[in-house]
Amino acid sequence: MGVGIEVNRLNAWYGANHTLEDITLHIPANEATALIGPSGCGKSTFVRCLNRMHETNPIARVTGEVKVGGVDIYSETSAVEVRRRIGMVFQRPNPFPTMSIYDNVASGLRLNGFRNRRVLDDVVERSLVHAALWEEVKDDLKKKSGASLSGGQQQRLCIARALAVDPEVLLMDEPASALDPVSTAKIEDLIFELKSQYTIVIVTHNMQQAARVAERTGFFLNGKLIEFDSTHKIFTNPSDKRTEDYITGRFG
Amino acid sequence: MVRIRFQQNLDDLKEKLLVMAGMAEQSIQRAVEAYRVRDLSICDLVDRGEMAINRLEREIDQMALDLLAMEQPMAIDLRFILAVIKINADLERVGDSARAISDRVRELQAFPEAEMPIDIPRTANLASAMVRKALQAFIEGDAEVAESVLSMDDSVDKLNSGAHYTLLNLMKKDPVVAPQALNALMISRALERVADHATNIAEDVIFWVRGADVRHHMGAAAGNSKSADAK
Repeated sequence: MGVGIEVNRLNAWYGANHTLEDITLHIPANEATALIGPSGCGKSTFVRCLNRMHETNPIARVTGEVKVGGVDIYSETSAVEVRRRIGMVFQRPNPFPTMSIYDNVASGLRLNGFRNRRVLDDVVERSLVHAALWEEVKDDLKKKSGASLSGGQQQRLCIARALAVDPEVLLMDEPASALDPVSTAKIEDLIFELKSQYTIVIVTHNMQQAARVAERTGFFLNGKLIEFDSTHKIFTNPSDKRTEDYITGRFG
Repeated sequence: MVRIRFQQNLDDLKEKLLVMAGMAEQSIQRAVEAYRVRDLSICDLVDRGEMAINRLEREIDQMALDLLAMEQPMAIDLRFILAVIKINADLERVGDSARAISDRVRELQAFPEAEMPIDIPRTANLASAMVRKALQAFIEGDAEVAESVLSMDDSVDKLNSGAHYTLLNLMKKDPVVAPQALNALMISRALERVADHATNIAEDVIFWVRGADVRHHMGAAAGNSKSADAK
């Protein structure tokens, strides 16, 4: 099951550049939360702070508190454990190109020491079913490489790979921006299905996508969280003029 | 400012709706004038006007549909287009009401003129004033002006109820003038409907500007204090 995320006074820097300023918000469990805002507003940095990816950059720095399921990911657990609990899917599908479909999905488990064939088979099948890809690839699991799939299938393969290590939270950084409308619709349907089991945070430039898949939406601007509310409120009658100006295309 | 073409399209939509509004308002004034002077040539103008209003209704709906499909508007732009679609329908109904009055005037030609103890021009003036004010609110994006329209509806309702009572009594007392009284009653009812449409338009303006649904006297629970840019 998904868990809630509590963020308190989160600040982030790249060198001297203060990219996130005092972000405080609560992301509820088993919901999709969309983050929107113009390029460079800090939304991707924010997501990368949620699984300690931000700190992998040597000039990056983070202060504040991020509690996932009540556990502070910066002081009470390791980065490796955080990334197991919090999966991430990126803008461009990035399957391991030389690995088979099966090995792609199983790679996370193998890294964590799992070797039992039956366990791996079960997890690979379950993950591909959850990622709505099983029916399309079940006959070629070990014959075809991840790179041989279409863009949309590759992205669902990456989602299956993230799900295989049994995360509680799934972060998605523009997961459909490189995909055609049909593949995009499949990813959106998938997000809808996955909500019952995972907490989902999705960064998107596509306002309609945020409106379609997310219960809550946060609007970032210049490193600040300007407004965080129900998606319905944000897209029909936002409280802040800056949110309204952005979503109606008056700037950005 | 980005999305210049979209803003231009919104302006075009607004302009077209205002053309239609002018025609709807004029058709009511003409219909009441036709009743006052019993002039069928004015009825012909009302009928032709109603056909033009119907054409505009279709054009405005098509423009609004295109904008929804092509531009996928959000927030205040989405509310504006929804308000336009609803106001469009109300204006078309105002045209229908004018046509209904014009039909009554034609029917009255078959009967001798009889003095009716009700004030149709006063009801008409009030209803027209409501339409005008609702449209002023729309032009200026002014929710306060729109609110003032809502409070005017009771006066027209009272005039219509009074006319109903008075004309029923007249029909009982003097059945010979029942056809004239019945037609006058229907004209009063049509004007009361015009006032209702003006109220709807005012409510739509409040929805556009504030994001608040005040229909059916349910208050402005969803409203906020942002004001619309005058488009």
